[in-house]
Amino acid sequence: MGALSENKRAALLSVLLLAVGLFIWEFSIPAQQAAGELTEYERLTGGGSAKAGVPPPSQVFAKAWEQLSNPFYDAGPNDKGIGIQIGYSIYRVLTGYFFAALIAIPLGFLIGMSSVAYKALNPFIQVLRPISPLAWMPLALFVIQDSEASAIFVIFICSIWPMLINTAFGVAGVREDWVNVARTHELGALRTAFTVILPAAAPTIVTGMRISIGIAWLVIVAAEMLVGGTGIGYYVWNEWNNLDLTSVIFSILMIGVVGMGLDALFGLLQRSVAYEG
Amino acid sequence: MAHSFLSIEKLTQVYPDGNGGSFSVFEDASFGVEKGEFVCILGHSGCGKSTIMNILAGLDEPTSGVVKMDGTAISGPSLDRGVVFQNYSLLPWLTALKNVTFGVAARFPDWSRDKVTEHSVAFLEKVGLAGDAIHRKPSQLSGGMRQRVSIARAFANEPKLLLLDEPFGALDALTRGTIQDELLKVWRGTNQTVFMITHDIDEAILLADRILLMTNGPLARVAESVDITIPRPRNRTAIVEHPNYYAIRNHLVHFLGQRSQELAGQPSDGQMQRPETVHIDLTDDDSDEPGEHLRAV
Repeated sequence: MGALSENKRAALLSVLLLAVGLFIWEFSIPAQQAAGELTEYERLTGGGSAKAGVPPPSQVFAKAWEQLSNPFYDAGPNDKGIGIQIGYSIYRVLTGYFFAALIAIPLGFLIGMSSVAYKALNPFIQVLRPISPLAWMPLALFVIQDSEASAIFVIFICSIWPMLINTAFGVAGVREDWVNVARTHELGALRTAFTVILPAAAPTIVTGMRISIGIAWLVIVAAEMLVGGTGIGYYVWNEWNNLDLTSVIFSILMIGVVGMGLDALFGLLQRSVAYEG
Repeated sequence: MAHSFLSIEKLTQVYPDGNGGSFSVFEDASFGVEKGEFVCILGHSGCGKSTIMNILAGLDEPTSGVVKMDGTAISGPSLDRGVVFQNYSLLPWLTALKNVTFGVAARFPDWSRDKVTEHSVAFLEKVGLAGDAIHRKPSQLSGGMRQRVSIARAFANEPKLLLLDEPFGALDALTRGTIQDELLKVWRGTNQTVFMITHDIDEAILLADRILLMTNGPLARVAESVDITIPRPRNRTAIVEHPNYYAIRNHLVHFLGQRSQELAGQPSDGQMQRPETVHIDLTDDDSDEPGEHLRAV
């Protein structure tokens, strides 16, 4: 064992933990009782359905295999492939997120550059920031009159804060020396912003963007459960209504995998703008 | 003095003291720097050297007084006045070369990209940086190499006045020596006017044509201007052999050790505080006393 590198040992331990976890899960679930004589009430409420129990991992894997081998099928409003559902969610997240970035980054720049703007806007930010994004949903539905756009609005409102605050923080924290370099080189305001302040603040800004995308992905699931129709959140809720716990567990895992993927993308972006100094 | 290339006239800087009052770091400081001259300013911490430097760079505004360059009062930072900061102030996300081209492109906006690069590479070579090193980021360079890049950036811009703010303060003694030599080499080639802050007496004697001595603050002033009567080209090992070296050095040590304190804190009463010129030259044969030969102007 001593010959293995730290990473290899960690990977081995991960696999071991996974195997033990799956093993306990698989064998701690009592076997389904054979459906005997059912009362009419039991038949009507699905009491005889084999699906009405926590499924073992083997069933979840079978489900995953089935779903992932044909992720983009579309058999009507309540039966779409997992790929389509995730696609809808990602589309909503990215749209809301894009508009949030469009506002948060320039506004954050302004707040970071001007202490007057900071002091003037800070009370609003402090009040609006702790509001659960879902609390906006009724108001959004009423004003926008469109559930799709409302979901996007909720993503917008939840992703704006970390980006705004981090941008302001990053811009305000740019070392004075670097600003002085720009000043002694007679750079105009716009060139200073793009060639000195933006690269200097980029690591902090991208950290804010990474936090935002994480929050947006958390919120989209809840938002889609409320607005319904399409998306991974709706899918989870729909499968719960179908009492298809295998699909519920599978989609929970998918939410995790996609969230990890989004985070990893921003991790790459973060590495590309990082500097030492 | 009225026709100096760079003329500092009755410069005063007042800061609030935190108790509702105020104190003057320096008052009515006045001196001149000639074109092509290398002037060092020596003084204890708190005498306002860095403030003077920032005012010359245009980064700070004086409370009162003017700085004239070529006869016109300066206002704000300008590419005509290049600055080498103590902490190098390189942009850490750019390579050494890009840090220099950044400045050159700002200075000569109508140059082609190739010309900017060529010019920058040439100046990096002059300070002893070539090959692979110029494509590294500052974090991958040693302190000495970073300051070389910073010096190359300033010289490549060919400013009318070059301001050096304790450029070697953060370097070890051996590195400092080599970079001083390189600075002298680059400077000789350009005939650049240089104004430099330093804490190091030997460094000042090696580099400067003239050393300005400041009294302690508050109410600091530039009390003396000491001519360095050692012929160029100078060399760090050879100058200590020169008869004037220790005479000048002793004068400077004596000033900083004792007189800077005795002369401190005198209000100027609105007078121009021109420094007294001190000329120490033991190679003058009309002088028969071994001590200092003062010639006040």
